[in-house]
Amino acid sequence: MTAQTLEKDIATRFSDAVTLDERAGYEGYIVKAEKLIEFATALRDDYGYDFLSSVTGVDYLPDNIMEVVYHAYQSTGGTALVFKVQTPRENAVVPSLVALYPGAALQEREAWDLLGIRFEGHPNLKRILMWEGFEGHPLRKDWKEAYHEDDLKPFKTRWPEGAIARSEDANVFDKNVAYPDGFNPEGWTPEGETALYAGMKEIEKSDGLQTDQIVVNMGPQHPSTHGVFRMVATLDGETVVKLEPVMGYLHRNHEKIGERNTYLMNIPFTDRLDYLSSMSNNFGYVLAVEKLLGDKSIIPERAEYIRVIMAEFTRISNHLFAIGTLLNDMGAYFTPMLYAIEERELILDIFEAASGSRMMCNYYRFGGLTRDLPPGVEEKMRELVFDRLPRKIDDLDKYLTENEIVRARCQGVGVLTPEEAIAYSAVGPVLRASGVPYDVRKADPYGIYDRFDFDVVVEYHGDVYDRYIVRLEEMRQSIRILKQALSDLPECDNCLGKPRYSMRVPAGEAYGRVEGPKGELGFYVVSDGGPNPWRYHVRAPSFINVTALSKMCEGDKVADAIIILGSLDIVLGETDR
Amino acid sequence: MYGKGILKGLGVTLKHLVDTYVDDIRWGKKRYHTEEGIAHRMSKDARGIFTVQYPEEKLPVPEEFRFVPILIYDENENGEIVHRCTSCGICSKVCPPQCIWIERSKDPKTGRPVPNPAAFSIDVDICMNCGLCAEFCPFDAIKMDHDYELAVYDRFANNIYDKNKLSRSADYYASIRPLNNELEEAARADKEAKKNAAKKKKTASG
Amino acid sequence: MSEKLNSSGYDVPPEMQDIVAVTTLDKIYNWGRRYSAWPMMFGLACCAIEMICTAASRFDFSRFGMEIMRPSPRQADVMLVSGTVTKKMVPQIVRLYNQMPEPKYVVAMGACASGGGPFKEGYNVVSGIDKFLPVDVYIPGCPPTPQALLHGLMKLQEMMDTQSIKNVRWYQDGPLEAIPVPILGPDLLDPRDFPQFEDKMAKVAAAAESEEA
Repeated sequence: MTAQTLEKDIATRFSDAVTLDERAGYEGYIVKAEKLIEFATALRDDYGYDFLSSVTGVDYLPDNIMEVVYHAYQSTGGTALVFKVQTPRENAVVPSLVALYPGAALQEREAWDLLGIRFEGHPNLKRILMWEGFEGHPLRKDWKEAYHEDDLKPFKTRWPEGAIARSEDANVFDKNVAYPDGFNPEGWTPEGETALYAGMKEIEKSDGLQTDQIVVNMGPQHPSTHGVFRMVATLDGETVVKLEPVMGYLHRNHEKIGERNTYLMNIPFTDRLDYLSSMSNNFGYVLAVEKLLGDKSIIPERAEYIRVIMAEFTRISNHLFAIGTLLNDMGAYFTPMLYAIEERELILDIFEAASGSRMMCNYYRFGGLTRDLPPGVEEKMRELVFDRLPRKIDDLDKYLTENEIVRARCQGVGVLTPEEAIAYSAVGPVLRASGVPYDVRKADPYGIYDRFDFDVVVEYHGDVYDRYIVRLEEMRQSIRILKQALSDLPECDNCLGKPRYSMRVPAGEAYGRVEGPKGELGFYVVSDGGPNPWRYHVRAPSFINVTALSKMCEGDKVADAIIILGSLDIVLGETDR
Repeated sequence: MYGKGILKGLGVTLKHLVDTYVDDIRWGKKRYHTEEGIAHRMSKDARGIFTVQYPEEKLPVPEEFRFVPILIYDENENGEIVHRCTSCGICSKVCPPQCIWIERSKDPKTGRPVPNPAAFSIDVDICMNCGLCAEFCPFDAIKMDHDYELAVYDRFANNIYDKNKLSRSADYYASIRPLNNELEEAARADKEAKKNAAKKKKTASG
Repeated sequence: MSEKLNSSGYDVPPEMQDIVAVTTLDKIYNWGRRYSAWPMMFGLACCAIEMICTAASRFDFSRFGMEIMRPSPRQADVMLVSGTVTKKMVPQIVRLYNQMPEPKYVVAMGACASGGGPFKEGYNVVSGIDKFLPVDVYIPGCPPTPQALLHGLMKLQEMMDTQSIKNVRWYQDGPLEAIPVPILGPDLLDPRDFPQFEDKMAKVAAAAESEEA
């Protein structure tokens, strides 16, 4: 079904509830809240849009509406179908899509937490990134932080009368806090975690044995939770009966800060999302804003090639780290990790030489890159790609893949069927290890990926072992792409242009996505025509992959829960933003 | 045979173990604490011991490395320090966490702004080492330093860098970023030459 | 190293130089502690990755005796706060610090742990762990490269050298006060603020009124 026939079909079928979004620079459909579930069911069952990738809210304060934006895809490939629901700001209520698309569960909780949009029918509508009891919904446009200086950057207090001042000095409590009027901690009891633990105990069991179940916290400080991630598990002996993830321990207000920054200033902040693969994050954001800029940004050929080269090196460096930490979680204390980190260090040397920093690269700009590759870097890249990395990946393969302990611990553990994977909006190696060959580089190509010859790595068991194999093989495919890109890298002479630091981006919305090492990383940017974004949302693969975690861990042992989390390969900078 | 995979893996680790001794014996004294030894351990042939023993051996940072910003000054004929900064404010406007505070100086008599910073402060506890300030400075006045040994015991006394603490000479900058410096000097000489040619044309015609 | 240990300030006769080593109690005490400061495996954010790289083979910090990274605070000496300290995480950080046995040190690694870093203006970010814990060494950088972290850890070792067994806080009389654990309320609550809470809220209200007027 082509785009035009789809549009006509929707127009005839839902003529009373669905209209095209006519705002300048916007796309998609606006659906009335009452008909949302019917529309979504039709999309999923009749039109094949079974993969709901992103659910986010936008606060349009001047129009006094809250909008929830959905991006749906077909798992066979293709571009997005965007649809939105609008609701008034006061008392914002939207029907929940969790029954149709379970992957929307955590994203709707986030919209409730940060924007105050209530989702009717959501099984567990609690705060997810902030704690229960926090006052207010922070991402609303009229909610100001304790250290609030100005709505938009650059701040006027920095120049020309820039007298140095510490933000703490302006706050009475000398900290970044503000309390509601009349609040007094004497005579107030914190509600703590009662809501969380209430849902955890006493799961009914069917085998008739009288056993006790205990509720155990894994994290947030734990050597193997890949950062400050907490899992609350109800255990029956060693078996996990119910598992609930708790996050927000690294919630650094990336989106609120992003709305205050200018478009250029957001690029270094995107480095810190998935801090192991900063080049990919830059790529996604820059793609989204370039979509908004339209013809104003033309990317030189050499820059396109270098973008792909850097993205693929990032993929290799990330997968090395992921395999290392997975083995760490299994108890092979640090030896495979040392081998993986050794190779990663050599790749980081390349990043440092080209961009200036090992991890926070800040290398991409709108319309190209910061600077061309310095002399000597290309040579180093060729040495690694043609000589060292294939050898070392084979080394890792020989070392780990046939290891009986790895097999015994990983095969059959944490199985995710393909239907579940699509329903839970899983992306990246998690999706591909379950048998769904969805890779954004092939399904919806961006940059110049359509010029390269590579395979999408798919495995069919959906367990932890397959995810490890997928990551290993993806490294080999990345080497394949790198070999082609490095051989075809065009010469250039002053081809990267002069970047601008302050620019007005035309009004509209754009969703730019890349196949990051963890999965589909998307950036949803809404512009109001000024130099700062109006809304800036990150569709984080680590965050949404966690939706499937409870399902995967039920029935397995505690030790397996750790490995399943390791195989999801989450990074807290992205999960919590 | 059950256990073949484990034995294969142990073979890999055994090879790594043997490699640590093979290269040590072959290189002898030149392996550690020498520049070529460090360069070898950074290259694609690195095998065996990969450690670069800080502080006796420091891994050289590449030219583009960025840590904390510095203000560049030139020394004119009389040996006076002339900062290149004109307090245009672009660096402070483009800094993502807004950690640069600039006070533009005023001419004491007329009260008009003078292109010189009266005060220039950077709060290093906020700086994210992104390098946007250095990238967009039109006067090559603020650049990113290579010095990373900045640990202190008391941040309130030390971590707000004022103009003095930030200043470095143009020679220092040329020593840490020779290629960039060459390009910038060439660009500046070019601009000077064009300006002089335009001036000459004006005086010739006028 | 042996020269520093042996320089007790007393003159040792030349025939006894190789047989007898005379040192001071402080020097031996500090020497033992500085070369076995076990860090707590406690990484919050991006700086944690640089910490892991420092523990890995290229920038090995087991050469400094810090190889054993203990996840349990009961067995650790140095708390390397690496990454942004958020309000949701601060109660756990303070609890972990209280559970560490003396002698304990805190190193604020990175801009975020020192002073909030680039995320300082966020509503869920604490501007530096020194709002709650006493910090010994601050290492700026975002993230500090492994060599910068090693330099910071060497500075910590130098600080340990200057401590005297008579004056260290854990050998003084009386119990050591645990730091009160913050509470998550409408915003983060620090129990040390409770005595003056009403006055401060009155000041905030007055400031808001005068701004409106």
